[in-house]
Amino acid sequence: MSAVATVPVRRGVTPKVTRGLIGVAVLLILAESVSRLGIIPGNILPPMSRVLLDTAGLIVDPEFLHDVGSTLTAWAIGLGIAILVAVPLGLVLGSFRIAYEASSAVVEFMRPIPSVALIPLAILVFGQGTDMKIALVVYASLWPIFFNTVYGVRDVDPVAKETARTFRLSRVGILARVSLPYAAPLAATGVRISAAIALIVTISAELLAGSASGIGSYILRISSGGGDTSLVFAGTIVAGLLGMLINFVLVAIERKIFAWKKEGVA
Amino acid sequence: MLNIEHLTHTYGTGAKAHLALKDITFAVEPGELVSIVGPSGCGKTTLLRTMAGLMRPTGGDLTFLGNEITSVPEGLAMVFQDYRGSLFPWLSVESNVRFPLKRLGLSKADLDARVSESLVAVGLTGFEDRFPFQLSGGMQQRVAIARALAYRPKILLMDEPFASVDAQTREDLEDLVLSVKKKFNMTILFVTHDIDESVYLADRVVVLSKPPTFVVTTLDIPLSDNRDQIETKEDPEFIRLRGEVARLIRHPKSDDVTIPVADVA
Ligand SMILES: Nc1ncnc2c1ncn2[C@@H]1O[C@H](COP(=O)(O)OP(=O)(O)O)[C@@H](O)[C@H]1O
Ligand SMILES: [Mg+2]
Repeated sequence: MSAVATVPVRRGVTPKVTRGLIGVAVLLILAESVSRLGIIPGNILPPMSRVLLDTAGLIVDPEFLHDVGSTLTAWAIGLGIAILVAVPLGLVLGSFRIAYEASSAVVEFMRPIPSVALIPLAILVFGQGTDMKIALVVYASLWPIFFNTVYGVRDVDPVAKETARTFRLSRVGILARVSLPYAAPLAATGVRISAAIALIVTISAELLAGSASGIGSYILRISSGGGDTSLVFAGTIVAGLLGMLINFVLVAIERKIFAWKKEGVA
Repeated sequence: MLNIEHLTHTYGTGAKAHLALKDITFAVEPGELVSIVGPSGCGKTTLLRTMAGLMRPTGGDLTFLGNEITSVPEGLAMVFQDYRGSLFPWLSVESNVRFPLKRLGLSKADLDARVSESLVAVGLTGFEDRFPFQLSGGMQQRVAIARALAYRPKILLMDEPFASVDAQTREDLEDLVLSVKKKFNMTILFVTHDIDESVYLADRVVVLSKPPTFVVTTLDIPLSDNRDQIETKEDPEFIRLRGEVARLIRHPKSDDVTIPVADVA
């Protein structure tokens, strides 16, 4: 019964990947020609072959890897804190309507503040280093995880909760053993959304704050003083690839642990 | 064991008030299978939920093992009609059955024994590692029954548990209820709107009227203990009893019981 679904999915994925790769190749060739033919000057759009070579060089450059490590550290710690705060908060506020309504005014005020607008404030309070990045990441990541958890908890089948009640589980027991697992897939989607936002925010903060290390700082260092455009492109490409990789890994994890969330067989 | 006296319940207040249960009195004795039969919307679920301590009725006395029911009592389990909602989709069959036992502080050996014994009783050995979405409706309801059995309740409440499975599966599950009742010497309160089912399963049938609902009568079912889907249902006594229940539901007033006085033990 369970094996049935995988076959058509596999068949669908391969052409999609192939088509994607073709698209990328066409774009690269186009960019390369535009640059080589001098339609756009090389110092603005360097030949893609060079950019790709620089990208390959960057991935093994210890100095750059140190920057990547710095970005990922702030990203991971910030995201981790956001999960630890947003999931329990979402669970409780999602379960108790009164608590949610009481908190909604604060939530509705804070949510629309773009985290990038908070960068100057964060620099003032936390300086230019990792703490500042973490604080911004926490703030930015909190919302998607929080709201998805709230929606997930609201979606819990009332019969499931009632079943747990007949087995005399306490309120906390129901929260932990019924509502949390029920809301987990939606909360995880929130985490994935936040992971992407968090990466953007970390790198933006590094760029704006002129942090000592990080992908953003690297790009800033290279680009200042008429720097090497190709390397700037390469750094940007690595940032993009990192975002893709993170998303890919998170999707794979979700598929694996939420395999039970298949729609009506039987 | 379970005593319900002059239970009434009104949903809402003022103009929107709806008298769902007017006057319900009956009792369930240890080892009995009592079925409650009544038309859809007559308040059967409401009645079960008050007995399970999931909600407080607006009036009447409910006791279980001599104690007033104010919240879910110890020693009670419930099987819901909606097995899809009642099973935990992220847990395997085995983990679903294990779910209510965590709290009880049993030894690992006891736990394992209870889980496997219950799964054997409902015929689900070999399905321990499946997830609910991989099972048919009838099998899902078996898991829910196994989970209730593993909990070893003193009374098992079942709310139209087989209303959403096909006819063949339904007969199998009815026989399953009779077999586990015998095996574990269980006390069961079985709610249904199906007259045949109520008579086939029960030692006693509590017949409910249309709303505002009262107990029309309580009928003893003197059929043999070894019931069979074909033979029992051909038995003239079965046919007489199901006819009587049907008449009572339809024309409660034509019978001599207008004042709902049931056999309170
Ligand atoms: N939470 C509720 N609020 C208001 N009315 C309800 C509620 N639950 C049930 N009712 C009404 O009470 C009556 C009995 O419902 P129910 O106990 O579900 O009947 P049954 O299980 O016999 O079909 C119905 O008319 C139903 O609409
Ligand atoms: Mg009902």
